[in-house]
Amino acid sequence: MKYNAGQYDVIVIGAGHAGIEAALASSRLSCKTIVFTMNLDSVGNLPCNPSIGGTAKGHLVCEIDALGGEMGKAADATFIQSRMLNTGKGQAVHSLRAQIDRRNYASYMKYCLEKQENLELKQAEIVEIDKNGKEWIVTTHLNGVYHAKTVIIATGTFLTGKVYVGEVSYPSGPDGMFPATRLGEALKTLGLPLRRFKTGTPARVNRGSIDFTGLEIQEGDDPITPFSYNTETPGENKVVCHITWTNEKTKDIILENLHRSPLYAGQIEGVGPRYCPSIEDKIVRFADKERHQIFIEPCGLQTEEMYLQGVSSSLPEEVQIALYRTVKGLEKVQIMRNAYAIEYDSIDPTALQPTLEVTAHSGLYGAGQFNGSSGYEEAAAQGLVAGINAARKVKGLPPFVLQRSSSYIGTLIDDLVTKGCTDPYRMMTSRSEYRLLLRQDNADERLMPFGREIGLIDDEQWQRFSERLRQKEAEIKRLESTYIKPSAALNELLVSRETSPVASGVKLADLIRRPQISHRDIKRFDETRPQLAEQIFLKAEVEIKYAGYIKRQLAHINEQQRLEERKIPEGLDYHNVVGLRKEAVEKLAKVMPYSIGQASRISGVSPADISVLLIYLDKIK
Amino acid sequence: MNETIAAIATPLSPGGIGIIRISGDDAKAIADQLFVSPSGASLSQAKGYSAHYGLLKENGEKIDECIALVFSAPKSYTGEDVVEFSLHGGVFVVKKALRAVLSTGARLAEPGEFTKRAYFNGKLTLTEAEAIMDIISAGGKQALQAANTARNGALYHKIQEITQGLTVAAAHISAFTDFPDEGLPDMDFTLFEENLRKAKEELNRLLSTFDSGVVLREGISCAIIGRPNVGKSTLMNLLSGCERSIVTDIAGTTRDVIEETVKLGEVFLRLSDTAGIRNTEDTVESIGVHRAKERLREAALILAVFDASEELTDDDREILALLADKKSVIIINKTDLPVKMDMDSVKHFKTIQISAAKGTGLEELVVAVNETTGLAALDPNAAILASERQKNCVIKANQAVTAAENEYKTGQMLDIVGFELEEAITALLELNGEKASETVVNEVFSRFCVGK
Repeated sequence: MKYNAGQYDVIVIGAGHAGIEAALASSRLSCKTIVFTMNLDSVGNLPCNPSIGGTAKGHLVCEIDALGGEMGKAADATFIQSRMLNTGKGQAVHSLRAQIDRRNYASYMKYCLEKQENLELKQAEIVEIDKNGKEWIVTTHLNGVYHAKTVIIATGTFLTGKVYVGEVSYPSGPDGMFPATRLGEALKTLGLPLRRFKTGTPARVNRGSIDFTGLEIQEGDDPITPFSYNTETPGENKVVCHITWTNEKTKDIILENLHRSPLYAGQIEGVGPRYCPSIEDKIVRFADKERHQIFIEPCGLQTEEMYLQGVSSSLPEEVQIALYRTVKGLEKVQIMRNAYAIEYDSIDPTALQPTLEVTAHSGLYGAGQFNGSSGYEEAAAQGLVAGINAARKVKGLPPFVLQRSSSYIGTLIDDLVTKGCTDPYRMMTSRSEYRLLLRQDNADERLMPFGREIGLIDDEQWQRFSERLRQKEAEIKRLESTYIKPSAALNELLVSRETSPVASGVKLADLIRRPQISHRDIKRFDETRPQLAEQIFLKAEVEIKYAGYIKRQLAHINEQQRLEERKIPEGLDYHNVVGLRKEAVEKLAKVMPYSIGQASRISGVSPADISVLLIYLDKIK
Repeated sequence: MNETIAAIATPLSPGGIGIIRISGDDAKAIADQLFVSPSGASLSQAKGYSAHYGLLKENGEKIDECIALVFSAPKSYTGEDVVEFSLHGGVFVVKKALRAVLSTGARLAEPGEFTKRAYFNGKLTLTEAEAIMDIISAGGKQALQAANTARNGALYHKIQEITQGLTVAAAHISAFTDFPDEGLPDMDFTLFEENLRKAKEELNRLLSTFDSGVVLREGISCAIIGRPNVGKSTLMNLLSGCERSIVTDIAGTTRDVIEETVKLGEVFLRLSDTAGIRNTEDTVESIGVHRAKERLREAALILAVFDASEELTDDDREILALLADKKSVIIINKTDLPVKMDMDSVKHFKTIQISAAKGTGLEELVVAVNETTGLAALDPNAAILASERQKNCVIKANQAVTAAENEYKTGQMLDIVGFELEEAITALLELNGEKASETVVNEVFSRFCVGK
């Protein structure tokens, strides 16, 4: 028998990376929130790689942190190795990645939710979801009926999840958890446009069964850069990773058994991510490539489980064993958890608004893999935005929408809700046309003012931010007004970096403007250098080096701004817009863009259609 | 509801037929109020792509016999319902018919509005629309051919091809930066440089076509100069085919600048016949001489006329000196008379001999003008830039590619090089109308003439 289990402002379904940020954001914005998880031991789980960050994903984590999210803090507290990627390719694409102790990470997050005021964490499967007027009602498998003003769906790969290992398949969530099957039915009944996506993960193996002799070692950075602006003393590297490679024998085994892969046998209908292919995909699609790289990554300090990055597979277990054992160092490897593919339901994200609210269902939000993305960081970013918007809806505040030009988060969400995705969406630096502006080093300058305004950045963080800003400005001013004398030592440095020597006094900023010279390089010639945190020097350096480009990107943004600010009235009937092409009417009616700027990015909507739309909006004003 | 618009679609001149085009939701209904078919059939019931004979009547009074062509949306030029009335030419009749159409509920089309609607309804791309504008204004065969080529996408495809090359280069950087740890082979910088070099070469080649494109479409300003009475006005009249300049034996007859657009071969010359250049005491004539020199400076092409039957004078030599930096053709006139002029003094110039009075030597003049203006070298089937807008996009793209190349060579980081490449790609996409802002669209369409 059903029982009334209470009244909430925000219900979050799922306590993965999206659900965690959503629940923390809404409860921190003093909304009464409850977050449901299928299993309390899966809160904040890392069911795939034991790492956080990476190209563009590192940017997302810094942005989440600047807006007042938790992911960066958790990663800083639980990492076991940290590396800055792309250091030779320009500051804008520097991306931080950390290996994470996944047990510690999950505990950190679970504890964080447990301690949070206004927030309840509860293990239950949601099996029904209904709407009664403006009120949402969700029901658990134990007949608890929960009422709320808003609901955030963050179901990850649990939603109607199905696992495939060779010829074997069964309904399942990730890491052997139960799937959320009845909820999938309920969401279909609501009319949400659901579809099947798939993803996969490699095997976890026992460290003791690996022969590390002769394998390439990958060390962490020294010094370490943290993700979070709150982390004052970064931790230290505790483990190393190893690199090995597949070979011709691996390839032969895969090709011999390809017919046993559910993907190639046609059993899986879900679309997998282009950017994270299984090893059988790689072998087939890049047939002339002789070998593929494998990273051997520890899953934590209190476990011998090792993650084999680069060899996810849905081949039968005995084939997995055979193919792994062809690899140098893995000749006697013991699989602890097999590799598998998992298929799940996700929504066509063009059915969402940039607030992540479902256009057709006021008060219902989606976040994370449910929205068609892939990756922990992408999920967390959306969870944060969905949580903030649900809270603002409850309080009757205007929506919070991040523009593309502000952040990777804005770009991610705009891409999803405007262009949609045909395979799980992964963030990349090349997805942002503003990437010289959207750097890790200035995530606080770009987003902390928003976090502050929303109410997720407290006085202390804000004060520290203001201080960083002041220090940066002062340092830039100093570098722009300090001259140093030419010297044999200075010229020796300059020439060794293949840049021209100086004959007379030279401004520090002018030296830093040279691509070959960094702020750190000229330390010994810089006698008036103040004692500041490394990140302040970095901010100043990047701003000086990129000044010209930053100016140009800002000019672009200003040009686009007029269109972004031109909001389209909610519920506009595009069939009434005279002169719009039929295709444009269909696309616009589907996406229901928030602004003219968003409308202009919908594929199939031409500049001419935008002109027509602008004329129409002028007319009905 | 889409307002119904109408306009005369043919040039307003006597002869041939005149066409009135009506486009919009009410096109058929409006046409039915004026069109009377012998069979009594209505155009609203007619199928698309059908022709109907009948009378055009206003308030029962016959305007003209008429063929009505019916097009049903979206299968028409504009993508809307369209009716076209073909009438028996005559400025009066066609205007009267248009007035009748307008008084029945249609609105007079703005310049270029049909094409604008066609564009808005997805019937044309931006480059195609611009090309159509050029077809309308193209007088010469070569210009028409060049415009047709653009319409069929020569420029469109060329731009796509260049964009593709740059996209490949940009993608290289992306892959290299977005997947640093995934065992990708190192970036092929030779290929990368090669891609940039090729794009620059193509962009520069396109830019070099612009001037010739403008000459084809707009003609070239051309001054006929020479000292008095060498036969400038006779040449002008010969070229324009009528007595435009007053020809007498009295030196200094042409005192002001006389202008005329004439077609020479495939190119339009915007000719100005000028007063003969000489030192003169006559006030009126000296003003003319002054203006002649002004024209000489401004014109893009100079036809300098000399009298073969006389020795070179000081005035002649002054004129030769003025030609130093100009595109010019030296025309030795009066070759039907005994030659006294010293030909050595003009051997450094492109020179032809004619007799304007007898009308000989015109073919040589055509060839000489084509060679001098660069038209001879222009392949009308190749992609050419035909408007300032297109040219500016290519310049912008070219600058960005050049910047990318320089930054790459001076050791700038890849993120910056990639940024420049994207700027170039954006500029090229804009050229093809794939990201054109509303301003661009408006500018393109404000330049259309009514009717198409």
